[in-house]
Amino acid sequence: MAALTEQISLARTGSPARKKPGGLGDQLFRAASYASALLVLLFLAGILASIAYGGWPAFAEFGLGFITSSSWNIGQEQYGALVAIVGTLVSAVLALLIGVPISIGIAVYLTQLCPGWARKPVSMTIELLASVPSIIYGMWGLFIFAPLFAHYVQMPVSSVVEGMPIVGTLFYARVPSGVGILTAGIILAIMIVPFVASITRDMLDQIPTVLRESAYGIGCTTWEVVRHVLVPQASVSIIGAVMLGLGRALGETMAVTFVIGNANRLSGSIFDPGSTIASRIANEFNEADGLQLNSLMALGCILFIITFIVLIIARLLVRRVKVA
Amino acid sequence: MDAVTTLPTTAAPARVSRVRSSRRVADKLLIVGSTVATLIGIVVLGSILLMLIVEGMKGFSPLLFTEPTPGPGSEGGGIANAILGSLVLTLIGIVIATPVGVMAGTYLAEYGRNSKLADVIRFLNDILLSAPSILIGLFVYTLMVRPMGTYSGWAGGVALAIIATPVIVRTTEDMLRLVPSTLREAGAALGAPPSIVIKSITWRGASAGIVTGIILALARIAGETAPLLFTALNNNSWFSPNLMGGIPNLPVMIYQFALSPYSNWQQLAWAGALLITATILALSIVARFVIKSERAR
Repeated sequence: MAALTEQISLARTGSPARKKPGGLGDQLFRAASYASALLVLLFLAGILASIAYGGWPAFAEFGLGFITSSSWNIGQEQYGALVAIVGTLVSAVLALLIGVPISIGIAVYLTQLCPGWARKPVSMTIELLASVPSIIYGMWGLFIFAPLFAHYVQMPVSSVVEGMPIVGTLFYARVPSGVGILTAGIILAIMIVPFVASITRDMLDQIPTVLRESAYGIGCTTWEVVRHVLVPQASVSIIGAVMLGLGRALGETMAVTFVIGNANRLSGSIFDPGSTIASRIANEFNEADGLQLNSLMALGCILFIITFIVLIIARLLVRRVKVA
Repeated sequence: MDAVTTLPTTAAPARVSRVRSSRRVADKLLIVGSTVATLIGIVVLGSILLMLIVEGMKGFSPLLFTEPTPGPGSEGGGIANAILGSLVLTLIGIVIATPVGVMAGTYLAEYGRNSKLADVIRFLNDILLSAPSILIGLFVYTLMVRPMGTYSGWAGGVALAIIATPVIVRTTEDMLRLVPSTLREAGAALGAPPSIVIKSITWRGASAGIVTGIILALARIAGETAPLLFTALNNNSWFSPNLMGGIPNLPVMIYQFALSPYSNWQQLAWAGALLITATILALSIVARFVIKSERAR
């Protein structure tokens, strides 16, 4: 009797006799989960470390001149990143200029105008554009889009603007082959549309209906509701979505490699071929060694820095976005 | 309250619109503009699919699935080695990424929750999710190809695993968070330690969602080309079972063959492109339906 009461009182006071649930297995499971989470950090650190290490000799050899030089001469071992950096930025900015209005248009259509029965299939179609592999966009761009673009846009536009100041340089195609910086920008625009459109759509959906209804109630047109109520409400997220699109456009490789023309030339015309950081790495890496390899790694390092700044800003603006 | 009863009964004159025409035009422009934008999206997808079907079907024959890719200039051939290689690489990728991704997602949703470390990992995982895949290729090249002195299927698989992991981490965490806390509390009240609660309550509750994440990751890596260029590369014969040396795979085969001067190579590239796109679209449609029904539950 006395032993039993002693046991009960021990249990009540939480004596060492009471066994905590779980043992070694529980600890191991927790450790494995913790280690996996840390591995994600390690991946990111590893990417930065490996390309910084690989690119170091190029930075050491050329210094700041690596960024400002536009020569890429394999024979004389002179490497500069300027053409690739400019090509990357210009094609990505063109992609935004073309892709963002289309994305916002699609989001507005889906949330405001689309009849109920068509909403799901149309949404699905737009989202499926995101699953098409980048190499397929490259083939479509090169074999379907580029010939049409050369024939119906580059040739007529070139003949009209030839000789004019500024536009005559900007839109003149010396060889209207359909490939070039603008073509890359258009293909990239199509590739970022599904991402930007679906985030924007979700953000527009989250705006309380009562705001929209009150605006319609005082006699606003659909345009006014979108312009003065919906877009201001969702603006931060839309900018975040656009930055996310920019991040994708900057690092996109295969589609761009197919359609940009891969020329190392700084040209005033957006119809001319050029190259981006990613397309140059994809083109040359397998045949490169020595300083050329280091220079390509250094290009990768610059791409890492640019994209990661953009992506960090994007993620700070859009807190949580769906994966698909 | 009086206002209601004393409302002027003389309403605006009928049929004369008080809406200024500039407002009307802006409204029309918005409707036309956004409809056209949507049509562009639909037409592009339609034209991509049409192109793949038309060009891909031209070269479709049973030989595709039995013959290896032909050497430069030689006739005929299939893409059997590339299909098998792609399956092997994707499988290696997903087999590595699944445990890492699910465990890391579990950490974020169950153990870490709102801790500082979990916030940091969540943030960096989202960044890794949209990181340029070509940089991951460079990383694995430095990590594996260079030390081993040869391209290999293992390097290709690891590169794909690094791309797949953040997708699985993200969906696993999202899905685990949908499991109500009361279920976990009920398990804990029965005396189950955290690992048992997770394994037999939360994982089980979120299993369909976690599987969806894995399917999405599969769809993501199946068409990846850039990271494979520097890791698995390609070759035109059957690969050795130890996966050393260049491993034939569909994406790099398509890249090399589509831009080649040989018409039978181009034909094979189209057939491969049709095959891989159809597979990926099917995977993403399946994943979407599972995730919809899971969220609706």
